[in-house]
Amino acid sequence: MGNETQPSYLEYQGRHKGLAGWLLSTDHKRIGLLYLYSIVVFFFVAAFLGLLMRIELIAPGKTIMEPQTYNGLFTIHGIIMIFVIVIPGLAAVFGNFFLPILIGARDVAFPKLNLFSWYLYITGAVLGVMSQFMGSGPPDTGWTFYVPYSVESATSVIWALTAAFILGFSSILTGLNFIVTIHRMRAPGMKWFRMPLFPWALYATAWIQVLATPIVGITLLMVIAERVLNIGFFDPALGGDPVLFQHLFWIYSHPAVYIMILPAMGVVTEIFPTFSQKPVFGYGAIVVSSLAIAFVGYFVWGHHMFTSGMSYYARWFFSFLTFIVAVPSAIKVFNWISTMYGGSIDLKPPLLYAISFIFLFMIGGFTGLVLGSLATNVQTHDTAFVVAHFHYIIFGGMGFAFFAGMHYWYPKMFGKMYNNRVANIAWGFNFVGFNLLYFPHFIIGIQGMPRRSYDYLPQFHTGHFLSTIGAFILIAGLLLMLYNFIRAGRRGEKAPANPWHGVTLEWKIPSPPPHENFDEIPEITSRPYFFGSKEKTNQ
Amino acid sequence: MTVHPTHTEHIDSETGKLGMWIFLFTELFLFGGLFLVYAIFRAKYSPEFHHAAEELNAFIGTINTVFLLVSSMTVAGALTAMQKGDRRMTLLLLTVTIMLAGLFMVNKYFEWSHKFEYGIFPGSPVLKNMPHGELLFFGLYYMMTGLHALHVLVGMVLLSINVVKVKAGTVNSERFLMLENSALYWHLVDLIWIFLFPLLYLIT
Amino acid sequence: MRDEKNHISTYRSLVTVLVILLALTTISVLITGIHLGPVTVAVALLIASVKVAIVITQFMHLKFENLFLKLAVSGVFTLFVLVIVITFIDYFFR
Repeated sequence: MGNETQPSYLEYQGRHKGLAGWLLSTDHKRIGLLYLYSIVVFFFVAAFLGLLMRIELIAPGKTIMEPQTYNGLFTIHGIIMIFVIVIPGLAAVFGNFFLPILIGARDVAFPKLNLFSWYLYITGAVLGVMSQFMGSGPPDTGWTFYVPYSVESATSVIWALTAAFILGFSSILTGLNFIVTIHRMRAPGMKWFRMPLFPWALYATAWIQVLATPIVGITLLMVIAERVLNIGFFDPALGGDPVLFQHLFWIYSHPAVYIMILPAMGVVTEIFPTFSQKPVFGYGAIVVSSLAIAFVGYFVWGHHMFTSGMSYYARWFFSFLTFIVAVPSAIKVFNWISTMYGGSIDLKPPLLYAISFIFLFMIGGFTGLVLGSLATNVQTHDTAFVVAHFHYIIFGGMGFAFFAGMHYWYPKMFGKMYNNRVANIAWGFNFVGFNLLYFPHFIIGIQGMPRRSYDYLPQFHTGHFLSTIGAFILIAGLLLMLYNFIRAGRRGEKAPANPWHGVTLEWKIPSPPPHENFDEIPEITSRPYFFGSKEKTNQ
Repeated sequence: MTVHPTHTEHIDSETGKLGMWIFLFTELFLFGGLFLVYAIFRAKYSPEFHHAAEELNAFIGTINTVFLLVSSMTVAGALTAMQKGDRRMTLLLLTVTIMLAGLFMVNKYFEWSHKFEYGIFPGSPVLKNMPHGELLFFGLYYMMTGLHALHVLVGMVLLSINVVKVKAGTVNSERFLMLENSALYWHLVDLIWIFLFPLLYLIT
Repeated sequence: MRDEKNHISTYRSLVTVLVILLALTTISVLITGIHLGPVTVAVALLIASVKVAIVITQFMHLKFENLFLKLAVSGVFTLFVLVIVITFIDYFFR
């Protein structure tokens, strides 16, 4: 598969030239970059908002803002992070860019729909930002929009609800596209069990996107109907039930966290074999556990609602299922460790982030069991403990996996190498800053510090102070990491086609990839992750 | 070493059809949320739901059901006609389908405006004076039939686009994915109604 | 481009299916007149489910589609029913 015949996707000039060639491109690689750039911008916006929150919380009492401002901040921080960054993130960036390449295809099944998904995404994201400036003030309901407050609040809730609805639609269409792509566009010889594990992760994720998101869509419409029409479903004064909102909301939002984490697990599952130069341990177990997580994940939503007044049997059921769903996740950890065991370890930045992922994800996972257990949940629900748990899982998990993926695939995507030393230093800041920022939350949470609270008792001051220091260290690390990537794009060394000696299909094409991925569609004759001698390799 | 076109103009038919089926799954779950709410409140307010349903005109509901069932047959017939290359029959059956959809919407309009006259609409004082179960029944009635009616309109637009394309020849016996997918969408509209009808009109 | 053989429904089969659907509709309307309490509701829903199954398998051609699609459709309905049942574990036992 030579590289003389086609321009790279970065240089390709098609029907549209210049900027239009990017904004109107249906090339999955360009769309992946469109998502990447949007996500980076929105991430730093939301991270900055988080930093403002941390500055406010560095000491009890007012520091830099009023309580209402704080409530608006944690709401929009959550909305952007959840709906604009973490849910779309890995699938929209790396899924779009690499799914077709990994399965030996030229593009996704519906390239125009793919571009339309991005435009929906941008529309939703912009509407979310506009909720801050339009109408009657930034929404202050939290990203969970619980009734009755989301119905009563005089702020611009409908803007935010509409933004989330549109972002959901974008997610649905991407999931639909990926399912059909994986079913119909695999290269000749690439049977299901010859597919690499990142596509498998995307497949499991896509089913959740498609089947869970519509429920939050209709639920958000119901809240709008409550606000505008007084429809009554969630209003006890009219015979409705506010807990019903919580059921409907979490029926989506719990599976949503698997939308966040499954692609992340898929990314690190690609990184471990490459940097151990060894096949993935237990390919079948990873496939089955991914599908199991997606399936069982539909039945645990009530663990967000243990203190809401649900029946005893409901609490018992959801707690039990929550423990069950932890098993397939844990299985994967054994798979990853076993992949590294006995391998030829090369601790480059991607592996460094992937190993951190395991560490941080496990802390998040174990603390999830504390939350999933009925008795301890009573103590920890709605405290800073929850905030720490989900940041470890989402940021430590999906976030660090995203960084791992960036460091892994950057040379392929842009054809340039970043600076390893700067990457490692940035990692150090990120890792130390992250733990200093969030670990104290576990402690003050158990001690009684509530979440979403502008002020606090003096006994929590030390924890908050350390946490804010951590936030600054983390931001420094994030900016340094970003700088490293930007500088590499401008002045980095040219990257070879296969800097990490990987064996999946993306490493067999030039860096950056040509416009149509492959000169000729490959024919697959062996299983993936074959690290045998070069002569034996059939791929 | 020819450069293959990156994106073929036409999407392979099995691929396109799979995409549409998955889209239909999302629609099922979209309405599903409302069915869940219905189930909960029906269980809680059984007698009030029965009483409120008596306000609905089961006759019009039945006529509407018949319209949609027939329209499902006519759109399936249109697909058969297209596969056989019978352009005239395709256009005829598509037109009948759209007309039946139109009649459905006319009925819906009369049903709703009749209720509005009696002050039965979300947020109205009449509703507030009703027992809770009845208020919730009507909330569900409006939201479910409203969302459904929106989908009927979208379906009518899709089918009309098909009429234009069949006339122009861009949908033909060799390439009829658009017709097939629009028919699938239309059947979904019918399916939702098949469940709505007994749940709203026949529980008296 | 039609690359795979497609099943073409005959007009006759389509009309037959419609007649069956109309008959089932008639039955469910008439049953409502007979007050059997909760059984009436169950029967109406059962008939609706049968009608839905007929529309999906016949009009939507699922009967002639590949196994994956059939499994997916069943799976989707099953998942939906499960979600409703689990939600009722809360409401029924409050």
